Amino acid sequence: MNRKKPRFALYLGCTVPVRAQNYELSARVIASHFDIGLVDIPGFTCCGFPVKSVSQETSLVMSARNLALAEREGLDMMTLCTACTGTQVEANHLLKHDTEKLAEVNETLKKEGLEYKGTVEVHHFARILYEDIGIERLREEVAVDLGKLRLSAHPGCHFFKPSEAFESFDDPEHPHVYDDLINATGAASTFYSERELCCGGAILGIRADVAYEMVAKKLSSMKSSGAEGMVLICPFCNVMYEQNQRKVEKEFEQEFNLPALYYPQLLGLALGYNPDELGMKLNRVKPKQILERIGVVSDKTSS
Amino acid sequence: MEEIISDESLNEEVLSEPVESETGKVVRFSDLDPRFKYEIQAEPSGEFITRCYACGTCTASCPVRAIEETFNPRRIIHMALLGMKEEVLKSEFVWLCSTCYACYERCPQDVRITEMMNALKNLAVKSGYIHPAFTAQIDLIQTHGRLYEADSFVNKKRVKIGLPELTETPEPIEDIFKATGIYKYSSKANESSEESVDE
Repeated sequence: MNRKKPRFALYLGCTVPVRAQNYELSARVIASHFDIGLVDIPGFTCCGFPVKSVSQETSLVMSARNLALAEREGLDMMTLCTACTGTQVEANHLLKHDTEKLAEVNETLKKEGLEYKGTVEVHHFARILYEDIGIERLREEVAVDLGKLRLSAHPGCHFFKPSEAFESFDDPEHPHVYDDLINATGAASTFYSERELCCGGAILGIRADVAYEMVAKKLSSMKSSGAEGMVLICPFCNVMYEQNQRKVEKEFEQEFNLPALYYPQLLGLALGYNPDELGMKLNRVKPKQILERIGVVSDKTSS
Repeated sequence: MEEIISDESLNEEVLSEPVESETGKVVRFSDLDPRFKYEIQAEPSGEFITRCYACGTCTASCPVRAIEETFNPRRIIHMALLGMKEEVLKSEFVWLCSTCYACYERCPQDVRITEMMNALKNLAVKSGYIHPAFTAQIDLIQTHGRLYEADSFVNKKRVKIGLPELTETPEPIEDIFKATGIYKYSSKANESSEESVDE
C-alpha cells in the first residue's frame, strides 16, 4: 500500500465559492475522508466559459492561464463546477493537440511570466471518486443505510460532453457513471424521461422564460419518477433547480418541493457525517424529509 | 476546392431579381452574402459548417428548440449557408444555445454545432451586435477576476463555516482582455475613451 497520496489543485471557479459554499465544504470533507490532498491556488480566475460566446480566443487564454498555474505547482486540476470542467477540459484537449495554438496562447501568458506545457489533467471531483477511489471502496465505507432513497441524478451536460475532449470517459447517450456513484451510497437513482435535459443555466441571462420552462419540465419529470430529491454536482445546475425552484413553482403553478443535495453531501451522509458538517443548513429547499427518512436529525436543518 | 466565384456568378446572373411574396418572408437572393460561410469558416470552430446536409438531427435533439422555436439549429445553419448574414448576426436566436452538446454528439456530419454557435456569436460581436448580458459579464470578470465579487461579506461567511478566504486577481484578466481584443467591450474602456474624446 505504498500508493502515493493523490493531490490536486482545487479549482473552485466563480459560482462555487460564493453561491455554493455547502458544496465546497462537503467536497473538502469527502476529499479529506479519502485522503485526497487539495491545494488552494489563490491566483485562479474564471475558467472562461462566459467569455466563449464573445471570443473563443480570450476564453482559451483564460483557461490556459489556470492550467499553467496548476502546472507550475506540479499538480493536476480538480474541478467542482461542471461548466468549468467542460471549459478547462476542452481547452486542455485543444492545447495538447494543437502546438500552434499552444504557442499563440503562451505568447499572451508570457507577460505574466507563465507558460503552459500541456502536462496537466483536469478531472471533476465526481470523476476522481469514480476512477481514483472506485465504486467498490465507496460501497465498503458506507456506514449509514440510506434505505434506497429515491433520488434523481443530474450530473450536468459538461461532466462528460463533448465526448471527444473527455476521451469517452462516459457514454454521451447513455451515461452511467453518475448513477453508479449515487447507487454506491445506498440511495437509488430514479429513471425519469427528461434525464438528459439541460438545466438552461447558460441562457438564463438571455431568455429567463425559456430557461425556467426547461427547469419546470425537468423538475416535473423528476417528480413523476417518485423522486424524493435530486443529486447535483454543478453549482449552476443548482442555481437553476434549487435556488430558482420557488420562482419556477410560482410561475408554472406547480409544487415540486424537491431538495437538492450535492453528491458529496449525499456521500457524506452515507459515510456517517453529520448534516451540519456537510453544510446542509445552507441548502435552500430543506431536506428535512430526507434526513428523517434515513434517521438523521439536525437541529439546524429541521428548524 | 470550393470556388467563391461560382457563388458570385450564381448570385448575379440567375438570382438577381428580388422575389416578393404577400408575407414578405421569401428569401431575396439578391440580398444574400454568399461569402458569409467563408467568414464563419475562418473563425475558430466554424470550419465544419459546410459539411451540413440539413438532416435536422440537431433540431430534433435541441432542448431549447423544444420550447422556443426561433432557436432552430438546422434553420440557423441553413440561413448561414445561404448567406443571410445580417439576419443571423443581428438575431436574438444566435445567443440562445444552452451548450448542452446534444446536437454536437449526434450530428452525423460532425459539424460540431455547439462550438460552431460560438463562431457565429463571436462574428456577431465583431459585427457590433454583442448581447448586453455578455458586456455585463465581461465587466464583472475584468473587475474581480471572477463573475462574483469576493467582498468582505462573502469572506466573512466563508471563514465562519471554515472555508479559506478568497482573493481576487483581476490584473492578468485585464491584460488578457487587452491582448485578445475584447477589452474594448468593457465599460472601463468606454469610460476612458469618452474621457479622451473630451480632451
